[in-house]
Amino acid sequence: MFTHNDDYYFMPKQQNPISRLGNCGLSILIDLGRMGCYLLQMILGCFRTPFRFSEFMRQMNFIGVGSLVVIFFTAASTGMVLGLQGYYSLHKFGAEGMLGSAVSLTLIMELGPVLTALMVAGRAGSAMCAELGIMRISEQLDALDCMAIDPFRYLISPKLLAALISVPLLTALFDVVGIAGGYVAGVHLMGVNPGSYIDGMQSSVTSHDVWLGTVKSFVFALLIAWICTGRGYFVHLIRGAGFGARSVSKVTTQAVVLSSISVLIFDYLLTAILI
Amino acid sequence: MNTTGIEFKGVTKAFIRDDGSKQVILDQVNFSIPAGKTTVIAGGSGQGKSVTLKLILRLMDADSGQILVGDDDITRARGNKLKELRTRFGVLFQGAALFDSMTVFENVALPLRERTSKSEDEVREQVLSSLEQLELLGHENKFPAQLSGGMKKRAGLARALQLKPEIMLFDEPTTGLDPVMTQEIYQLFARTQEQIGYTSIIVSHDIPKVFNLADQVIVLNNGAMDVFSSPEAIQWSNKPHIREFVQTTMGEIYQSHLVEK
Repeated sequence: MFTHNDDYYFMPKQQNPISRLGNCGLSILIDLGRMGCYLLQMILGCFRTPFRFSEFMRQMNFIGVGSLVVIFFTAASTGMVLGLQGYYSLHKFGAEGMLGSAVSLTLIMELGPVLTALMVAGRAGSAMCAELGIMRISEQLDALDCMAIDPFRYLISPKLLAALISVPLLTALFDVVGIAGGYVAGVHLMGVNPGSYIDGMQSSVTSHDVWLGTVKSFVFALLIAWICTGRGYFVHLIRGAGFGARSVSKVTTQAVVLSSISVLIFDYLLTAILI
Repeated sequence: MNTTGIEFKGVTKAFIRDDGSKQVILDQVNFSIPAGKTTVIAGGSGQGKSVTLKLILRLMDADSGQILVGDDDITRARGNKLKELRTRFGVLFQGAALFDSMTVFENVALPLRERTSKSEDEVREQVLSSLEQLELLGHENKFPAQLSGGMKKRAGLARALQLKPEIMLFDEPTTGLDPVMTQEIYQLFARTQEQIGYTSIIVSHDIPKVFNLADQVIVLNNGAMDVFSSPEAIQWSNKPHIREFVQTTMGEIYQSHLVEK
């Protein structure tokens, strides 16, 4: 288990730029190591008994149900924009019939997982980070440790499990709503043949594409839950975050930015590896 | 009879300041906290009172040395052993550390639900009985945000006592409370200690009031510790920093009161 070694806080401010660079590198390494151990504990916490089903359901409701509206509107707007822009581009080559294929492939393989992850990071990830950060600074996490209650099993792992289930489901919803949005824009507004839209989609999307999108959404869910809860959990150890309420707000912003950047980087890596 | 005391053997803890200098909080300190007695840890701000509590609970690692809880060295405990050692402690945090999203009842019931196999009826009975003892009955469905400072402390104490700890740690237990509530809280500590027989460690600024509870006093100063077998013994110290501590925290009135005692 982690202890609160505050030494990290008090890393000396060296005058020598090389020493400062070295200290900075060391800080990053320490942080990465700590976050690596945290990820391991988080995963192990999912298998520790008794499983907190009530907390898991609460998180499913918060991450999944609570994100439905924002996912719906983001997906509808993205799908409609893709429908309009796709029509505009394809029309130049007389290939409007490919609109269904273009919209669905873009959404299923790329935009669905990425935009869903970014929305969940902004909405639920920030809340998870702030919740744990506040629990840390108000000594509630210390209280759990002192009662010999494993904070991972009790608090953190249910968040991870809920994210791992909710995010792929939200991604599936995003894909469906987005494709429907593209249909509305392409077929009803721009006059694309409905048969060719549906047929184009059916003939071009393979199970591999759906699998790629699903793998991405699982990885993004893991990244969001890991980074956002981890930053909150270690709010007192993060260099330069300050103390008290200010540290929580600063670290929450940092968590959303970090998880969003990680989603984008891993999106590229996964596409490069799996496509 | 409780036989669990605590022993510090050559414990050192230091932090490195922003300017690169080293701030030694504890420098090779050795002392014992006797079982079943009340030890008050006093000292100025930043002298390491709360750090000492965190070291005892292993919420923070010592740089060197051993901290024995009974016969077990908590500085080397890992996994289940550490958990087992922590179940011997009860802690009342400075802000009570109640879970905001839970009611008073749920907060107090938490250790029983998580750490024992008691049925829900048994949990309910024990929690309501504790709340009645601590004059919190009728407030069990309130959330911590709806409680006064004194009520929060009492709820925190109720939660800490549920598993009948062998050692109770109090971190600034009366901070932010008015004198009447402070008195009540101290009476409560004395009463619960009499009932359960725990070893009590109180970190407090509330001097001299907290000395009424103390069997032993430890004064922290620049990494060193001075241990006094009774609060009265402090006044006989010849050390300049202790004399200064007595002057600033207790004043002449209390000194004369101690002399009379």
